[in-house]
Amino acid sequence: MRLVILDDYDLASEWAAKYIRNKIVGFKPTADRYFTLGLPTGSTPLGCYKKLIEYHKSGDLSFKYVKTFNMDEYVGLPRDHPESYHSYMWNNFFKFIDIEPQNAHILDGNAPDNQEECNAFEMKIKEAGGIDLFVGGIGPDGHIAFNEPGSSLVSRTRVKTLAKDTIVANARFFGNDLSKVPTMTLTVGVGTVMDAREVMILITGAHKAFALYKAIEEGVNHMWTVSAFQQHPHTIFVCDEDATLELRVKTVKYFKGLMHVHNQLVDPVHSIKDYKD
Amino acid sequence: MPSNKSVSDAPITQFINCRILRDHKIQREDLWVREGKILDPEKLFFDEKGFADQRIDCKNKIIAPGFIDVQINGGYGVDFSQASGDISGGVALVAKKNLEHGVTSFCPTLVTSPTSVYHQVLPQIKVQNGGPHGAGVIGVHLEGPFISEEKKGAHPPKFLRTFKAGGVTDLLETYGQLDNVVMVTLAPELSNSGPVIQELVRRGITVSVGHSMADLSQAEEAVNQGASFITHLFNAMLPFHHRDPGIVGLLTSEKVPPGRRVFYGMIADGIHTHPAALRIAHRAHPTGLVLVTDAIAAMGLPSGHHTLGQQEIDIQGLHAYVAGTKTLSGSIATMDMCVRHFRKATGCSVEAALEAASLRPAESLGLNHRKGTLDFNTDADFVVLDDALTVQETYIMGQQVWKK
Repeated sequence: MRLVILDDYDLASEWAAKYIRNKIVGFKPTADRYFTLGLPTGSTPLGCYKKLIEYHKSGDLSFKYVKTFNMDEYVGLPRDHPESYHSYMWNNFFKFIDIEPQNAHILDGNAPDNQEECNAFEMKIKEAGGIDLFVGGIGPDGHIAFNEPGSSLVSRTRVKTLAKDTIVANARFFGNDLSKVPTMTLTVGVGTVMDAREVMILITGAHKAFALYKAIEEGVNHMWTVSAFQQHPHTIFVCDEDATLELRVKTVKYFKGLMHVHNQLVDPVHSIKDYKD
Repeated sequence: MPSNKSVSDAPITQFINCRILRDHKIQREDLWVREGKILDPEKLFFDEKGFADQRIDCKNKIIAPGFIDVQINGGYGVDFSQASGDISGGVALVAKKNLEHGVTSFCPTLVTSPTSVYHQVLPQIKVQNGGPHGAGVIGVHLEGPFISEEKKGAHPPKFLRTFKAGGVTDLLETYGQLDNVVMVTLAPELSNSGPVIQELVRRGITVSVGHSMADLSQAEEAVNQGASFITHLFNAMLPFHHRDPGIVGLLTSEKVPPGRRVFYGMIADGIHTHPAALRIAHRAHPTGLVLVTDAIAAMGLPSGHHTLGQQEIDIQGLHAYVAGTKTLSGSIATMDMCVRHFRKATGCSVEAALEAASLRPAESLGLNHRKGTLDFNTDADFVVLDDALTVQETYIMGQQVWKK
């Protein structure tokens, strides 16, 4: 595992965006060889998305040959509801970049058969050749995507019922009316994300600190599903100072000491302009 | 890239680098158009896996819904109330020239005229869509002849009428037909106005009170019967008085039935209404304000002597008087000038000024599901403006119909 610690949210977002940019640009994707990216939603990745959009606008990064797979979507919420993850992705990312619509995959929460939809999603990932880089976040209860505590660490894409905590936390987006909050989601499994060739987890804020501690300093445990990535060959956690508050000083010092090595991954930052023939 | 659009193969245009007026705010958003309508790009992306065929760079200009003028008597030498000459040709000329002012839809207005004029002219002014040929004709606005003698303004006194035959009979006798009519201005204090208002509203025609001596309770009664508009507020009505606010009092009246809104036209040409009066009206009832030009035949023409209805007019600079008097006979300001003047005089937001010329007139005619906004699936009638609110380009049904 690489633990990359930046001073604040903005710096962490920028570091993550640069990393993703270098990965895509370095891959030199073409029509015959797409780069596949797994994407998260929520407030944590917003800064990262903004930066990626900036890089696209400045002509340094293109998503024309990138396929994306989002982690989850609510069941039963109309696709154009402002709180659906389709709306989130459109308004915060897709609207601003040159990704082709048929390459942006998000689970359909209104499919006639939920499990069929999940199986089809797994197939699409397989057909795309697997995921090159899966970007994710972590819940305060240590969950990755909607793999709530107790989820199997080898799970695949499936329907999950939300934990009470999550529903209450989401109520603020639904006018504080608990009856309007979706109770089920379709989500990629822990196993699905583990299959990616590389995983990047973004964690910022003090409220995520305990989850980060449980994920990397304690054992692999299905109550803190992000801990599964201790067994992935290429995981990188990008966080801000606040997210490290529950870690041992020794852990933090060790990884901060490695920043000069980590920074080589984002400095120099590459651009598609470098490859224009 | 093969077209992948499951709903339609028609080309899609995406206007980029623009600021659009949507949800009462000017926001940085692209505007998407297909088959003459504003398109929802999110639906296009997810449902159709579609994309734009053409991108137009607006270079940071403002895009607002096309202006709608519900009171315009003519222009460029054309007088809609004249029975002689090529009537539809005259309407077409004004429609075409209107594009330069950002007007994409309008209501040709007929002032008080003899019955023969109505019978001859009305069948020749047809409702029609706009396009490269000119702004769309929403329908005719009949201002008179059922108005007050004392408040006739520039209207010829000998053609004024009352509802002596009971009301509806007088209507049909005078006008002949109401097929292409969308608005009628009348004085509600005339006897039998009640049934007339009801009949007009029943036919889907907006009833406006104006050129009237009505007091507030008579005006409120008219609103009760279905009237929903006030023709050029302050002009040709009793002045506001603190113990009887008159028609002006409708702006804050408690007797307006719930769920209904009274709209009022304002001529913001810098002449017909003092800026302080504009501000008072706007602050009292901002969502009812509809900018109108009340432009006369002389609009667009140089200073001198011209004809309006059955009367002679004198143009002096930006003023138009009934020949030989100091009575204003209508304005010669264009709609975009009115928008700019309104903004400056009231200090209102750019959004409010633009909505006063687009959203509000559309709402007042019950057309806002189709026109007056940049909402998805509405007609793609819009104007491209610079920050000074000068019209740079005009589009109707998604097609560029005028460029500066």
